[in-house]
Amino acid sequence: MGRSGDLPRGLVDRFVVRDGVGPDDSGCSILHVDMDAFYASVEIRERPELKDKPVVVGGIGNRGVVSSANYIARKYGVRSAMPTSRARRLCPHAVFVSPTFGLYQEVSRGVLGIFRDITPLVEPLSLDEAFLDVSGALRRMGMTSGRIGQLIRERVEAEHGITCSVGVAPTKFVAKLASGLCKPDGMLVVPKASVLEFLHPLPVSALWGVGKKTAERLADVGLERVADVAAAPLPRLRRIIGNALAEHLHPLAHGYDDRAVEPESVDKSVGAEETFEVDHWDRELLKRELLRLSEKTAAALRGRGLRGRTVSIKVRFADFTTITRSRTLLVPTDVTREIFKVACQLLAEQTPPGAVRLIGVRMEQLTQDSGEQLLLDAPESGWREADQAADRARAKFGHAAIRPASLLRQAPDRSGETEPRPDRTPG
Amino acid sequence: MKIRVERDGLADAVAWVARSLPSRPPVPVLGGVLLDAGSPDSEGEALTISGFDYEVSATVGVPATIADGGRTLVSGRLLADITKALPNQPVEIAVDGARVSITCGSARFSLPTMPVEDYPQLPPMPPHAGELTGEVFGQAVAQVAIAAGRDDTLPMLTGVRVEISGETLTLVATDRFRLAMREFTWKPSGDVEDAAVLVPARTLADAAKSLGTAGKTVELALSSSDGLLGLSGTGRRTTTRLLDAEFPRYRQLLPTEQTSNAIIEVSPLVEAIKRVSLVAERGTQVRLEFTGGGLKLSAGGDDEGSAEEELPVQFDGEPVTIAFNPGYLQDGLGALHTDRAELSFTTPNRPALIKPVDENGEVVAGYLYLLMPVRLPG
Repeated sequence: MGRSGDLPRGLVDRFVVRDGVGPDDSGCSILHVDMDAFYASVEIRERPELKDKPVVVGGIGNRGVVSSANYIARKYGVRSAMPTSRARRLCPHAVFVSPTFGLYQEVSRGVLGIFRDITPLVEPLSLDEAFLDVSGALRRMGMTSGRIGQLIRERVEAEHGITCSVGVAPTKFVAKLASGLCKPDGMLVVPKASVLEFLHPLPVSALWGVGKKTAERLADVGLERVADVAAAPLPRLRRIIGNALAEHLHPLAHGYDDRAVEPESVDKSVGAEETFEVDHWDRELLKRELLRLSEKTAAALRGRGLRGRTVSIKVRFADFTTITRSRTLLVPTDVTREIFKVACQLLAEQTPPGAVRLIGVRMEQLTQDSGEQLLLDAPESGWREADQAADRARAKFGHAAIRPASLLRQAPDRSGETEPRPDRTPG
Repeated sequence: MKIRVERDGLADAVAWVARSLPSRPPVPVLGGVLLDAGSPDSEGEALTISGFDYEVSATVGVPATIADGGRTLVSGRLLADITKALPNQPVEIAVDGARVSITCGSARFSLPTMPVEDYPQLPPMPPHAGELTGEVFGQAVAQVAIAAGRDDTLPMLTGVRVEISGETLTLVATDRFRLAMREFTWKPSGDVEDAAVLVPARTLADAAKSLGTAGKTVELALSSSDGLLGLSGTGRRTTTRLLDAEFPRYRQLLPTEQTSNAIIEVSPLVEAIKRVSLVAERGTQVRLEFTGGGLKLSAGGDDEGSAEEELPVQFDGEPVTIAFNPGYLQDGLGALHTDRAELSFTTPNRPALIKPVDENGEVVAGYLYLLMPVRLPG
């Protein structure tokens, strides 16, 4: 679904696996598996009559965006994240389907289950893609990594009725690039000895972290291919694109990427946001929404045994200008009340008036729930205990079982469901 | 205005006044210092230097030879930088129209002045409430101000509560995680009634540091109705606006009983805390396990690495395992100013009390540091 679709494929054609025959895969222990047009494929599986039609999954409301489009719809220029209204203009005869996230999560869990049959080292990136480290599995299963890739592709199709693409490489970065270059329903193996041969002819935009702006800046000084970035001295690169990015891109361009596949990815932040169906001026209504989002955020923290030290809110106004404001607490918290209190302060004190389109709450600087600094004048049983009791009630009776009284009123119109997170519990 | 002053006295005075000026003044005149020589407001053969930002005022007199009296207002920061850099020779200050010239040795500066008539009237010194030695005052304020909060959204916690009750002066501060309290006797003037006021901790700590020199007397002045506290000593006078906020009712927080107590050497304990907390992720907590056999400190875990260390301790009562934020614990121990400390406990989730202990093993009355523990998971 990413930019890799725009990369020139002719350059990497010889790495593609055809009829089980591909390049030497020894030393390639990282797999990147990416479902092809995931939501659309799942919908088509449910309704086979859609198979040969353009299918677009996305928010149907007037502010909805495309979540996924099958390859027929993509021929018309439909892309994910574009407004649904634009997709309708591009491809009026497409079948528009609103997303059924529950179903996608179920399929995602099933697919992750297949991965975890092979190796415990599975790092889901979203519902539809994951990295696998199969170095241990190679010996145990007596297979090559290419063969494991084939096996995954066969099992996903047989058990879930959708296709996926697999990149096999010695590093995460190259594996992800590889899967993008053999989509849909393909597999590409980049042999350890050929990583530079694979990377260097590609345009700089293939490098992870290079967006449009960076690509332009590099092109301005004549750096257009990955090979050019690799050949540029680091100090020169630093001057062009800044220290951090230069130090990030230079090793990548040389084929180095020492990131490990991390099964339980450590979250940097946890949050929730909401796009309204119509813009809202009313601060009381926004505050109620902050309470709902604070509750969702705090429950997510508690569910993962985390606490956050920095509360931030994000406000997008009707004209799409977006601000984020944050405040750091003395002690990390996972208490709804405390998060909400600071979120309200940030709204009242640091947010200019205006019609609001989107509002969000996020907790940053997360730490493991390792101990709680107690307060001198707080009762021993307080809001945390109330939250925990509410969590238990929700676990037992469902999400609507218990919530703050101020949220019992009609909620503001929403654009639709918020995208769920991938299932990270090891199966 | 035309005067001559000694370089050292001038530089110290300007530095002291300019120190409390706002770095980005809301109006330019508030970034100025007022130089006043021989005008009816000033005191005899002296130059008076003042600064004011509507919260804090500072005034200091410097001996001067006055050829021509007058008042002028110049940038405080610039004047402080200049006087600090001047050679050690007499300084001549002269106003000519809208500029002031500063001459010292062969160095000459010419600065623009700001309109004196736009400068706010400094608040008058409130009535004299009493006095105490600078040393005692400086130490007491420092011992208490460490526990004050820094979060301006909770103003009642950013102050030091000053309680005047006859011959007893009590200072208290808390950020809700810890509370520090110092009680001592002083010489009340009898002109001011018993009172309890809340003074911005940072300002009070600054003032106490600069006035609390050994062997000198600090005078305290107070007007609860005007919301103003004054401090003076060694020729320096400062006033600060009181915080208009309700201090938490703290006396009920002080534990009335204890189930165990430990007497321990302070500096080995502080060293050990520093060492083991190196592995405490972002200074989260250090665990203290007290038994009759000694104290075991530990921090960290499997992921970030762990550390432990044992120390001898004189311990009575039920063994207790309790955890603290290492920074808060060090603040308290560092404020005792004795070689030994008494730590007393009730339960691992109730506050611990830290007090100074003298050479004879007796608790020194007058200071306490109450510290809330970190609740351990599980």
